[in-house]
Amino acid sequence: MEMPAPNAAIIARRDAIAARLSDAVADKAAVITDPAETLAYECDALSAYRCAPLAVVLPSTTEEVSAVLRICNESGVPVVPRGAGTSLAGGSMPTADAVVIGLSRMTQVLETSTEDRLIRVQTGRTNLSVTGAVEGQGFFYAPDPSSQLACAIGGNIAMNSGGAHCLKYGVTTNNLLGATVVLMDGSIVELGGPMGEGADLDLLGVICGSEGQLGIVTEATLRILPSPEGARPVLIAFDSAETAGACVAAIIRSGILPVAIEYMDRPCIAATEDFCGAGYPDCEALLIVEVEGSEPEIDEQLRLIREIAQGFDPLEFRESGSAEESRRIWLGRKSAFGAMGVISDYMCLDGTIPVSQLPHVLNRIGELTAQAGLRVANVFHAGDGNMHPLILYDANAPGDLERCEDLGAEILRLCVEVGGCLTGEHGVGVEKRELMTDQYAPADLEAQMRVKDVFDPQWLLNPAKVFPLAESASRREARGQDAA
Amino acid sequence: MRPDSEDDLSAMIRAASGPVSITGGATRLRPGEGQGARIDMRGLSGITLYEPEALTLVVRAGTLLTDLQAALAAENQMLAFEPDPREGSTIGGVAAANASGPRRVSAGACRDAMLGIRMVTGEGEIIRNGGRVMKNVTGYDLVKLAAGSRGTLGAITELALKTAPVPPVRATLQLSGLDDAGAIAAMTTALTSPFDVTGAGRLTDGTVILRLEGLAGSVEYRAERLRAALGGRAGIDTAEGDEDFAALRDDAALGEGALWRIVLRPSQAGAVLAQLPGAHVVDWGGALIRAAAPAGWRPDLPPGARAVCERGAPVTLPETDPMVARLNAGIRAGFDPRGVLQGAA
Repeated sequence: MEMPAPNAAIIARRDAIAARLSDAVADKAAVITDPAETLAYECDALSAYRCAPLAVVLPSTTEEVSAVLRICNESGVPVVPRGAGTSLAGGSMPTADAVVIGLSRMTQVLETSTEDRLIRVQTGRTNLSVTGAVEGQGFFYAPDPSSQLACAIGGNIAMNSGGAHCLKYGVTTNNLLGATVVLMDGSIVELGGPMGEGADLDLLGVICGSEGQLGIVTEATLRILPSPEGARPVLIAFDSAETAGACVAAIIRSGILPVAIEYMDRPCIAATEDFCGAGYPDCEALLIVEVEGSEPEIDEQLRLIREIAQGFDPLEFRESGSAEESRRIWLGRKSAFGAMGVISDYMCLDGTIPVSQLPHVLNRIGELTAQAGLRVANVFHAGDGNMHPLILYDANAPGDLERCEDLGAEILRLCVEVGGCLTGEHGVGVEKRELMTDQYAPADLEAQMRVKDVFDPQWLLNPAKVFPLAESASRREARGQDAA
Repeated sequence: MRPDSEDDLSAMIRAASGPVSITGGATRLRPGEGQGARIDMRGLSGITLYEPEALTLVVRAGTLLTDLQAALAAENQMLAFEPDPREGSTIGGVAAANASGPRRVSAGACRDAMLGIRMVTGEGEIIRNGGRVMKNVTGYDLVKLAAGSRGTLGAITELALKTAPVPPVRATLQLSGLDDAGAIAAMTTALTSPFDVTGAGRLTDGTVILRLEGLAGSVEYRAERLRAALGGRAGIDTAEGDEDFAALRDDAALGEGALWRIVLRPSQAGAVLAQLPGAHVVDWGGALIRAAAPAGWRPDLPPGARAVCERGAPVTLPETDPMVARLNAGIRAGFDPRGVLQGAA
């Protein structure tokens, strides 16, 4: 992974910068420079790429974040915001001349109002603990990325995270009402408002998903929803990917809106069966469809889904009749990534395609993978077309990783070709930065970079992410001269 | 001026030396908008792609909202954000105004249904952002920025939208005789229940209306449960039409004078309702108030609430924070460095 050369002048001033940062926070232990302790911040969940940062700061308040950013801005020091470090695209990977600002100490619930159907939290709080704070009152926070036990709301906002249930409830941007944002120059702004409506342009909308490059979101107002009375899954097995794909389209077309439609193929089923023995049928493809509501509602929806599925001659239609059966239906799906990790090293892609292209894309992925002499397993959210092909490779075999990366890029280009996009939920980060020109024309990227110019004129926030290095070079160099 | 292609539009904007307004049907103009030369977007019309099984559609911006809604209805689908169908309104104008009706409280706003755009900037540059898939985090989300930007960043030429199935059955619960506090409480009870209420408002005559939609048995079940939660007082109307919610959405009963749009927290609604000088409706479960008022009247807003006078003298309350105003101005300068786009939905 090519990264811009770090600014040697900044690295030479490390001690002076760290001393100033210590003055900006109440707890001196919140500034970390000891290489043994900064080790944990060298990478995120894309652990193939790592770099020790200049320093790490763990502020406790919005004001401390503001003070730290003001100092970095004045000194021309790049800043890498970090939630819980679960990004899969290198979105919070540091550079050697950058200060990491970690949100892990900012976990407070600031306000809960079920009457107004919102919760306001500091953004270091984990996704699942937001629901934890309101479930006693019969509410939940809808966006549910797979990493929800660990990932921070701040990171969810940076990546506009989704999850299995977004077919019905939308992703982060659809559930974010307001945010306290600290800009690179230290100014604190409030964006959004009641119903998410802010003053003038929808700045909250562009902050969400900007991968920490426009500001650091320290507090967020999130929409909470009343919990449904119940939920129940069915498992439907098919003898081909085409039939499974057609069944997904028919379910959506019928007007039923399940909360989740998940897809797994044979290699993935085989791996999870060995791993956790969920008792999945022997088939080429299976769907897990979950519906919500009261018992009579669930029955009504499942009856319709059964009727639709029968039109596609399924090998099996397994409806859950109890909490234990529901758990077993989800067990393999939830274990899929862990199960694949046991049998092989793998790279997880994140392209999104129009649902109508599903059979074509699955076939093509199979062909491309065979040509590359590798294997692939598919497990993904079928309802919204967000695919996660897992390319299996051997990290110890020379050249395997490179072949795998080339194949990954080819598959993502295929997604763009059929009308989809490079990333549905993981983000661009450093990982897919250089592929951006496959999805966007120069003018499209220029328009995005102009937004960054406004929020962060020196281009100090989360450097070398999102935009291809060549396309952003002139802006980054202008910053380098300022800092020298 | 009426371009019939994106290139044509681009040339017109490049050639503009003075202020230009981008308009569709010019049905959503606010006071002060629509200045300068008009560029009429209605030449760029038509649905370019519709995949009902993927709940997505791509449409040119000058397409009449009614034409789009007819095409969706033919497939038993709809725009979930329920924009009000003004005579001559175009989908580009709806997007530029982020116009959203009663179902916003459950299904989100227009901006939430916008998946991708093509747009011609104030420099005449043709750009694309987003796509036509529901999940897309590739680069910055300029789609949200364009939604509600009222034509000031560029002319949206095409948009990809998420569609929704038309629910087969609908029931409306009606409660009358409630005071302000009782009306807000009833809406809050509905929207904090697990019964999936898709609209909650109060009409000018004081009737509180709550909407349930979905499969037949399910709607019947939820309507009974919700009625019980409201103390058994509500009447249940299962008529085919949706006139109650159309009345709530459209401003017909609010007269021709100044019209205020106030967005606030439901818990703050009581304080504002007590001040209102005349006819008004409450929507979004208490989060939106639209009120007729004499010229010169202004609401005294609770913290965080926002208000705009949509008809009458142009007023927006409160004043935008200077730092946020600087960001807005900077972004406008980035998209329209010559400042030719005056904005018109």
